[in-house]
Amino acid sequence: MAGKTLYDKLWDAHVVRRQEDGTCLLYIDRHLVHEVTSPQAFEGLRLAGRKPWRVEANLATPDHNVPTTPPENGGRAQGITDPVARLQVETLDNNCDEFGITEFKMDDIRQGIVHVISPEQGATLPGMTLVCGDSHTSTHGALGALAHGIGTSEVEHVLATQCLIQRKSKNMLVSIDGAVGPGVTAKDIVLAIIGEIGTAGGTGYAIEFGGEGIRDLSIEGRMTVCNMAIEGGARAGMVAADQKTIDYVKGRPYAPTEEQWEAAVAAWRELHSDDDAQFDHTVRINGADIQPQVTWGTSPEMVVPVDGCVPDPAQQNDAVKADGMRAALAYMGLEANTPINTISIDKAFIGSCTNSRIEDLRAAAVVAKGRKVADNVKLAMVVPGSGLVKAQAEKEGLDKIFIEAGFEWREPGCSMCLAMNADKLEPGERCASTSNRNFEGRQGQGGRTHLVSPAMAAAAAVAGHFVDVRSF
Amino acid sequence: MDKFKIHKGLVALMDRSNVDTDAIIPKQFLKSIKRSGFGPNLFDEWRYLDHGEPGMDNSARSLNPDFVLNQPRYQGASILLARENFGCGSSREHAPWALLDYGFRVIIAPSYADIFFNNCFKNGILPIVLDAPRVDELFQAVAANEGYALSVDLEAQTITTPDGKSIAFEVEEFRKHCLLNGLDDIGLTLQHVDDIRAYEARRKQEAPWLF
Repeated sequence: MAGKTLYDKLWDAHVVRRQEDGTCLLYIDRHLVHEVTSPQAFEGLRLAGRKPWRVEANLATPDHNVPTTPPENGGRAQGITDPVARLQVETLDNNCDEFGITEFKMDDIRQGIVHVISPEQGATLPGMTLVCGDSHTSTHGALGALAHGIGTSEVEHVLATQCLIQRKSKNMLVSIDGAVGPGVTAKDIVLAIIGEIGTAGGTGYAIEFGGEGIRDLSIEGRMTVCNMAIEGGARAGMVAADQKTIDYVKGRPYAPTEEQWEAAVAAWRELHSDDDAQFDHTVRINGADIQPQVTWGTSPEMVVPVDGCVPDPAQQNDAVKADGMRAALAYMGLEANTPINTISIDKAFIGSCTNSRIEDLRAAAVVAKGRKVADNVKLAMVVPGSGLVKAQAEKEGLDKIFIEAGFEWREPGCSMCLAMNADKLEPGERCASTSNRNFEGRQGQGGRTHLVSPAMAAAAAVAGHFVDVRSF
Repeated sequence: MDKFKIHKGLVALMDRSNVDTDAIIPKQFLKSIKRSGFGPNLFDEWRYLDHGEPGMDNSARSLNPDFVLNQPRYQGASILLARENFGCGSSREHAPWALLDYGFRVIIAPSYADIFFNNCFKNGILPIVLDAPRVDELFQAVAANEGYALSVDLEAQTITTPDGKSIAFEVEEFRKHCLLNGLDDIGLTLQHVDDIRAYEARRKQEAPWLF
């Protein structure tokens, strides 16, 4: 019999019950909750007279709607001015208080983007199943966990039963063979992967990211890669646990301690695919071929290296795809064959669950240090992923580097990744963004998003246009 | 959830691939704490000429005459014919809520994003997968025939065209059973409380750090 993949191992360890048709009841170890996708689930519980099955398995924080304006400009101490958004955050607070769920509220230093705070607290552990009503839950797979996004009906289902009704996905391996070059980051790797497999390439699969290019990444870098598994169509992305994973988890507030630590580490050392494991599909990319990436269109698969040009629909043989490219070019206000490094920007956004961790901010600060945001850039903002990331950055003086360079230094939250709060693009504005989606209207109606790494976003802010950070 | 047996309805076209859930229901409407009322803001940025915000009187807004669902021939449509990777992006269940609230009970496409596909079944919407050439044929037939309607029989797993042709489709047995009977997943799972408790007891021995 063939060996097991990492996904097989995680899946098998969590099957409570299997029906004849293959539908399983899968046990969920950790459930993360935020304000946008939970109110209807809590209401459902109340209407049915149900209670959370295991209240301590849940961890909540508001992130999508919170203001990120700095304290000197009023900030969040004044509360949320939008009454609809305020009600949603208050509803989360009330639901967590009523049901006894731990919540890092808006004024707690541990508050932040749900996918940043959970690993930071050690609430995401290797070997876990973890879900959240948010598609970027795939992030947590970076620690050797099975993690994916769910809808609100399933949020209610997990609250009520600690389980999900699931069918197993197929196994896909994406291997980055060999090391990537200097100046090429986790974001460039995952954008290159999506460019290769397409936004639906991973549909129906759980993706394991492997190979030297992935193993070389820090845990934070692996989170960036797994975060965007969903942009390649896969609900779950994951990376085998290794010594880096164990070192990352050690000592965090929710991590196991003392005698449980040794037992946990022994179990975590098994969290990798067996040598003879079979994958349904394997994609191999040569690490050395990956260049810093910039998206040009309205889907993350519409991506090219920074030294490339905007592609030409006339060269595309598939008529539906060519139409999609034309629509994207029209929306983005771009001409085919334009060199990427001549495209100027209006705004830069460094943040989001993809790229708002301390290493991301350090990488951006290296570029920003001693430089100034270009005159044509109306706003360059840095939004840390959590209160603790912000505090760490300030301890290292990164806030001063950014402020001196002309960036705004903000409070933690999802911010302009999806523009549910006040941070958004105006129609026609072009943004270098470290977020994960360049969909039409995602960062504000009519806004034009180009996805890049933190260093590339900082470089674009300083140059006023896209530029290869390696030659900067 | 309403039971789904047979549904007959007018077909509307969504002729773009990779329609994402941000397009289906833009984020500003996700601030609602209710499950209903999203229909008037379905495809908001494509459907109206102005920028929509929660609380606006949608009936007073200017419609985009070029948007497909605003065309007179598609008024009252309840079956949406779409392209590849429909419902990609965010996991927001507000997307199926908006489609349902607008009046769609069936979607037909060559492929869907996983989370959206799953969310549809939880809300009594049947997402049908047909191969791309078959979907293409339907696109042409709908475009050529005003008033084109299809009849979808979940029990028999067939779609019947106006000229009486029958198209078979696949659906997972368990999902079909739940949809046919309008079953509440949580109620079903809670029939297995003993299994869950037994799993937890075993797991506490194997991996106590998870509890």
